[in-house]
Amino acid sequence: MEWLNAVLQGILLGGLYALLAAGLSLMFGVMRIVNLAHGVLAVVAAYLGYFLVDKLSVPAFLCIVIVIPVMAGIGYVLQLGLLNPALARGGLAPILVTFGLAVVVTNLLQQFFSADTRSIQTGAIATDSIQINDEIAIGVFPLLTFIVGVVVIAGLQTYLSRSRTGRAMRAASDDKDAAQLMGIDNRRIYAIATAIALGVVGLAGVFLGMRTQFSPTYGDATLIFAFEAVIIGGLGSLWGTLIGGVVLGVAQAVGAQINPAYGILAGNLVFLAILAFRPTGLLQKAVNS
Amino acid sequence: MTLLEVDSIDVHYGDFQALYGVSVSVAAGETLAIIGANGAGKSTLMKALAGLMTPTAGSIAFEGRDVTAMPSFKRVGLGIALTPEGRRIFPSLSVEENLLVGGHTRRKGPWNLASVYEAFPLVADRKDRIGIHLSGGEQQAVAIGRALMSNPSLLLLDEVSLGLAPVVVEQIYAALPAITGAGTTVLVVEQDVNQALKVSDRVQCMLEGRTVLEGAAGTLTRDQIATAYFGI
Repeated sequence: MEWLNAVLQGILLGGLYALLAAGLSLMFGVMRIVNLAHGVLAVVAAYLGYFLVDKLSVPAFLCIVIVIPVMAGIGYVLQLGLLNPALARGGLAPILVTFGLAVVVTNLLQQFFSADTRSIQTGAIATDSIQINDEIAIGVFPLLTFIVGVVVIAGLQTYLSRSRTGRAMRAASDDKDAAQLMGIDNRRIYAIATAIALGVVGLAGVFLGMRTQFSPTYGDATLIFAFEAVIIGGLGSLWGTLIGGVVLGVAQAVGAQINPAYGILAGNLVFLAILAFRPTGLLQKAVNS
Repeated sequence: MTLLEVDSIDVHYGDFQALYGVSVSVAAGETLAIIGANGAGKSTLMKALAGLMTPTAGSIAFEGRDVTAMPSFKRVGLGIALTPEGRRIFPSLSVEENLLVGGHTRRKGPWNLASVYEAFPLVADRKDRIGIHLSGGEQQAVAIGRALMSNPSLLLLDEVSLGLAPVVVEQIYAALPAITGAGTTVLVVEQDVNQALKVSDRVQCMLEGRTVLEGAAGTLTRDQIATAYFGI
């Protein structure tokens, strides 16, 4: 029964990983940008939430309504100001730019918030749980995180499939020159994509900060978990990212059940196994152009 | 009325000059064919018209407005649409999605999904198919339909017949009267001289980046065209 419990907790943890990874997946899918600043941007959102809740006494879940638009705005400006010019200089430039950005932002966070660990206080919901039977209980907060993760992924997928802007994103991803011939302004479409990606990162970062303790350097671990979720699921597929997050979460929880020290290791081993035996990920994108 | 006025443009690819003072004038409602051998500069001219390349000298005016340096995505909103060489269908999008992307600018006009399907029954049959799974002829038909979805006043067709079976080329050109009938001015680029003469009102022949012959389609003799085409 304790194994079943571990798997259940792992699935719920996977919802958070999927939420963290969705933005990474979207930016890669649309622009082929590998955003190495992704993890630290999630931590920025966590600090933003911490600042609002702890210093300005904003109610914990209300801070999300502020953090998401702020992060989305940062994303829009970041794409127009830094990443679009970098994209014009070839494939390597955006990676270097986001790497530099990660270093700069991490140090700015150290400067303003010190290296102390923080967390966003949520009150009673942090410990509330639903008792299934004597041995299994599901935390309300992890369950909420998982549901939000699934809803966000489903929402993003629907947006990409059905909306005019979402279609334009997929067209620009397929062939950016041809997209321009359809009247699509790639730079603006990219800015919208990054704004959405960072809005989701904002949401994920706040949930991360509510769930766990974080410090300015926490972005590195976050980036790695997000990357692993994206690769396990398959590059460029959002549903794959959800599955990848869940697989990673279950691996970590089951590993921790064997020995509390093995949780992260088990996740990394599953990731390596996927890279070795199914490098395209579990859900391979149907079309490889 | 003059729809498009290209005034002696030069276009360079780096150090290589592809066009030397080329001028083109297209009146609203007429169909102009640009013919010429490989490397004559036809596709380069199309790219300059669509905004994919910027001329290093000369000017391009559309409906009296200077568009020489305007980026391609803005020209679509003005009513210039190009079906590019190689068709460039979006491979991961379905045929219908390709058409919808073509209508991204939401320009008003006679063309929509229903009228494109009517003009190209071939496209209607394949509407749920993914772009990468189309044959060359299907791709070409979708590419033209996609360009029409932006309701252009000037449609640029680049190398429609290239690499297609003659029977497929016939099918695709069969839709041309419906396009011009809807009030769209068409500029076709063709290597196939017979096809070009058949569909156009006027012909302009290019050779090594220059215009060497132009005239009404009915008045040019075979010898004149052959001389201009091959430069002999």
